[in-house]
Amino acid sequence: MRKLALKVTEIETLSPLVKRFRFEDPKGGALPVFSGGAHITVEMPEGETIRRNSYSLISDPYDGSGYEIAVRREDRGRGGSRFMHTQVREGDEITVSSPANLFQLDLRARKHVLLAGGIGITPFLSQLRQLGMEQKPYELHYAARSREEAAGLKLLPEAAHIHIHISEEGARMDLGAILDGQPLGTHVYTCGPDGLIKAVADQASRLGWPRTAVHSEAFTAPPPGEPFEVVVKSSGKTVTVKADQSLLEALEAAKVEIDYSCRGGACGRCQTHVTACDGRILHNDHWLSEAERAEQKTIMPCMSRFKGARLELDL
Amino acid sequence: MTMQFNEETFRGDYTFRNSPAAVRRFPFPFDRDSYAYSVNIEQHPGGPKGSPFEFAFDVDEHYVAEMKDREITLAEDPMRCQSLPHMELAGWDLLELIMVSKARDYPELFKLTRDGNAWHWINKPLGIDKKFTFLDPTTLPCGPMEYITRQAQGDFALLHEREGNLWLDAGMVTSQADWSLDFDVGMNFFEWHAPVPKARKMGVFDKALKFLLAVTQEQSYRRLNWTMTVNPRLDTSPENYHKWGPEKRTITPENVGAKQFLRVELQTFWRLPRSNALAFPIRCYLCNLEDIATQPKWGRRLHRVLRDIDPDLAEYKGFAVNQKMIVEYLSQYDDGAPTSPGIFPED
Amino acid sequence: MPNTEFSPSIDSRPTYAGLVSQGAAHGIMVADDAGAEALCDLASSDASVMDHAHVLLVGAAAETFGRIETLNPRGLHGAPDLAAATPLIHRLLSEARMGTALYLAGSEGLMGHVSALATGAGLPLEAIQMEHRGSIARRMQCVHCKGITEDVTTDPFTCSHCGLTLFVRDHFSRRLGVFQGVCVDAETPGEVPETVEIRA
Repeated sequence: MRKLALKVTEIETLSPLVKRFRFEDPKGGALPVFSGGAHITVEMPEGETIRRNSYSLISDPYDGSGYEIAVRREDRGRGGSRFMHTQVREGDEITVSSPANLFQLDLRARKHVLLAGGIGITPFLSQLRQLGMEQKPYELHYAARSREEAAGLKLLPEAAHIHIHISEEGARMDLGAILDGQPLGTHVYTCGPDGLIKAVADQASRLGWPRTAVHSEAFTAPPPGEPFEVVVKSSGKTVTVKADQSLLEALEAAKVEIDYSCRGGACGRCQTHVTACDGRILHNDHWLSEAERAEQKTIMPCMSRFKGARLELDL
Repeated sequence: MTMQFNEETFRGDYTFRNSPAAVRRFPFPFDRDSYAYSVNIEQHPGGPKGSPFEFAFDVDEHYVAEMKDREITLAEDPMRCQSLPHMELAGWDLLELIMVSKARDYPELFKLTRDGNAWHWINKPLGIDKKFTFLDPTTLPCGPMEYITRQAQGDFALLHEREGNLWLDAGMVTSQADWSLDFDVGMNFFEWHAPVPKARKMGVFDKALKFLLAVTQEQSYRRLNWTMTVNPRLDTSPENYHKWGPEKRTITPENVGAKQFLRVELQTFWRLPRSNALAFPIRCYLCNLEDIATQPKWGRRLHRVLRDIDPDLAEYKGFAVNQKMIVEYLSQYDDGAPTSPGIFPED
Repeated sequence: MPNTEFSPSIDSRPTYAGLVSQGAAHGIMVADDAGAEALCDLASSDASVMDHAHVLLVGAAAETFGRIETLNPRGLHGAPDLAAATPLIHRLLSEARMGTALYLAGSEGLMGHVSALATGAGLPLEAIQMEHRGSIARRMQCVHCKGITEDVTTDPFTCSHCGLTLFVRDHFSRRLGVFQGVCVDAETPGEVPETVEIRA
């Protein structure tokens, strides 16, 4: 994959847990522009390990002067976001991928309803700019626990169609009221915790919304877990996956060729055939169906882990 | 190097011709002595210097004449160019891609100056000097896709991604292998390819779709496809089938070498940045059997491919009715010698 | 007569799964005389579906109209043909909200035409229920002159606009709601194969 070597030009604390980072070309060159909802994958080298997390771009999609992301510090994660928060300084070099989009707006829609929970606001920040430039009708609802935690407040413009729901203040997001009575041709997009995504899908289904009008993106990074071992079928090599490493990262560190894109269990690119499984795959992705999970014949190495005696992959 | 553009026609008196240099760089599509469907995809751009694969959008000696032929076709039938309303942004993406690529790859022919959204485009071969505002359709005489594809050889399809599928929601199609954009616009990948025999059953399109959905901004790709056409006609549309159809029956053993053309599509695949749509340019190259046979490897190989092809494919590609004459003609160039792998001529 | 079963064909050829009640969802129902039968069957499977439905009958006999009336739909309208029905369909779609179910029953021409209007108005295909009843005549577009010939029952047939003899393809455009007709004797003018009845 073609990578971009960029320079960290700004770091801003948006809330106690969320920082905004801006990256620019060190020579001032233009970066590839992108579409609303796109993400980049950021490389975070620490000792011998390279972690890679994907983050939604929050800057103006048509502005190639720089890329911006917002990173929430997850202290129980693999350490990627902690690295971003504690190790990265303005002026540092940072390697990122070109933008890719797994959460694009359906530009046919008569109206767009954007529903964000917490840090799930990030993909909507670039989408809002795109909707503004395309002059499309929309409404955005942003739910957060408290004003202090609501990092998005500093990034959202003041606009009539942007609604803030702070649960601590008793202003919860009423999905029924939001989705009921929307005009034909409306599309709804949700980004946030799994619970919110599921609640929106359920509500939309109750109201008779067609599934193709309901979009979502879970913004999870790979979870840490118990260390485990995996066997690469072609070479017979055993690769150890550390507690704070994803299976994909461990395979990459062992120089095993494997394709990827989102690194968040959403795009399907790293899907890998399982040739032997004595134990249980801990599926953490959003790609495989329930039936596929149960079969244990395929795994998404970017997100999923394993517990048991032997796991062999067709790599 | 200044390129010489042919004065030639693709209809009526059919004065189209390939110079010896154009024949040598013809994208001969067969890398072995037999043909079956395959996904045969490579990274693009990139290839031998002077080959049609070297640059993002190949410009050759037929450029000006092909653009004139497109103008005639569009004047008769404006519906050969269509863009569903949500595809305008993809049109701008395509315009940018083509202008930037051509100005970079052919600086003696094209020039693009950009100051923010104030753009200045100079197309010397077509005598165009245009200042306009990027993303502002009122500053162009027509939509962005139509504007740029009136200045770029080959057909263009713009595919919108949704529901895990690709939808043919815009295009400029005046040199197609017998499919109708006006009819097919709005179809998804499987509907649009439905008339292709056998391929669905073989899973070709499932694989192709999966591949296309994974194309990113970082890397573009290409593949070659082919068919056969009698006379160097670009507009072999179903719309005009009743006009060009009779020409298919004018092949004789005496004229087959000159009148029967191998028609090759150089298809490329690009992920567009702002719209996240896929651009699917389909560039058409024509070369008659006589000219193909000037490259001994191609003469031998084409004979073997067309002799042994699946009868359904010969029917679908529309040359079954002339197959016997074609194979007979080519047999004089096939001495049975082995051919080297790959598509390029041997010497 | 139940939903017609068509022989398997290419991917662009639509199939019709039959009408299934979407319960309390607001509904728009469009049917021709034969298709009205499918609405009756739908109502007998779930009488309440009519409480939320606007029914539009196209070219239906008075007796058929009366039968639908007894099902007590929320609204009932009639139109002599598709052209006359189109403005009302547009009106119903423009007022519709997310969650509206569209039920179409009758000929392929009717279903093709109305589903094209509906998808154009933003209704996804999956929100459209279709059941084929009655004639298997097709709505054919001539690829040459673009004219549409209604109720085509033979292959080949004569384009009612340009007069070319066209063969009947299974290739179908949802956007236009038509099958494609292509000149059958383009290469050999006058050599026309024997005419046969279109089969399901």
